[in-house]
Amino acid sequence: MATENSAGSKSLFTPFNVVAAIILLVGVALTFLRFTKGLGAVTHLSDNNPWGIWIGFDLLCGVALAAGGYTTSAACYVFGLKRYHSAVRPAILTAFLGYSLVVVALLYDVGRPWRLPYPFFVQSGTTSVLFEVGLCVMLYLNTLFVEWLPACFEWLGFQKPRDFIVKITLALTILGVILSTMHQSSLGALYLLAPSKLHPLWYSMYLPVFFFVSSIAAGLSMVIFEGTLSHHYLHDRMDAAYKREHDDVVLGFAKGAAMVLALYFMIKVIGIGIDNKWNYLLSGYGAWFLVELLGFVALPAFLYAIAVREKNLKLAKWTAVLTVLGIILNRFNTSLVAFNWQLAPADRYFPSWMEIAISVYLITLGLLVFRFVATRMPIFHEDPRYRQHVPHEGEEEAGPEFTEHKLHRHPQTFGH
Amino acid sequence: MADHFYTLFDFLVYTKGAAYILMGATLLGILGFWLFLTGRDEEKEIH
Repeated sequence: MATENSAGSKSLFTPFNVVAAIILLVGVALTFLRFTKGLGAVTHLSDNNPWGIWIGFDLLCGVALAAGGYTTSAACYVFGLKRYHSAVRPAILTAFLGYSLVVVALLYDVGRPWRLPYPFFVQSGTTSVLFEVGLCVMLYLNTLFVEWLPACFEWLGFQKPRDFIVKITLALTILGVILSTMHQSSLGALYLLAPSKLHPLWYSMYLPVFFFVSSIAAGLSMVIFEGTLSHHYLHDRMDAAYKREHDDVVLGFAKGAAMVLALYFMIKVIGIGIDNKWNYLLSGYGAWFLVELLGFVALPAFLYAIAVREKNLKLAKWTAVLTVLGIILNRFNTSLVAFNWQLAPADRYFPSWMEIAISVYLITLGLLVFRFVATRMPIFHEDPRYRQHVPHEGEEEAGPEFTEHKLHRHPQTFGH
Repeated sequence: MADHFYTLFDFLVYTKGAAYILMGATLLGILGFWLFLTGRDEEKEIH
């Protein structure tokens, strides 16, 4: 992806660009259809199933997989693990774009999207879980925007506002962690409202805890996954510090994810035990539940542990993919597969191709914006004028391929 | 003996008992997993 961009002279008609252009064209057409003909024209939503994949995938998975933002910044700035500093900006950018797309997806999903700000200004609705989710997502999106601004300001050359935001990084990180803790768990709490609709194996009074704990594993794995893809496609945009720290980030985050997944597995089992739902495990839904629990929670925890013990980067990266798929499966199961499980098959929900196409359209949009930002702004490299890393002895200022951004390094350092 | 029936109290005693056993197993399991996970960390430090 980056090659054609950095070269500048190469053709725009690469396979990625052509496929992206087709998806965007279809997406724009479907967007027009959605906002002129209504939800019924493009979705299979009904009174039984008012929430489809735009909630189950775009929102639930989008928010969970964007958790890399708060986990990485908390690891670096709150827990003082500065060796992960190079992973912060890509994680913040991924989270910012992820949450932005969540809000865009909500505009498609909400029947009257122009009323999205109503909960904040027209009525408070402070007893509603959905209000809390909305407020947290709104505040956290703004927090992520501010956290992303230093990279933008460095690109634009606005030093003073950039320095001010860097000074309040710790406060922003703490705010981000608090808001994330609240709304990641509240998304699970939403499903506490439907005990008769959600299958007993997925319904638990600990759903908020499950959602929050699993979001940490999702965030850590997503940082590994995104970092791996970026390493492949945006290698020439990375400086020596990023490349050097990348392996350390992968193994360190793999270790963290292994522990979180092990804990998540244990509390899921306790959740079954405390409600005495063992008998459901013998049903068809029970088999599917065990596939999720053993295949996408216990197995990745074990594989991560092996990868950390053997220092096997490849295994850690593939396990990150498995974990990300597992989180998506869990959110799908909670919101779609195990939801309305008692309804007749004819009344069950299955998304229309147009719903899926709009979700693909939004992901493509996110990828294109990510590429646009990451190839222009200092995301995978540090602008030498604002260098935060203390160079290691004998370390080069930048990698061999990193030639476009070789600016004169100033002796002063900023921030952390 | 058809007069035997289970109360909510019986249910809570049973499930809480199971939960306490699972929590104990969790503590031991997490400890074991942590030792497995970090078992080779020392080797790295020696090198």
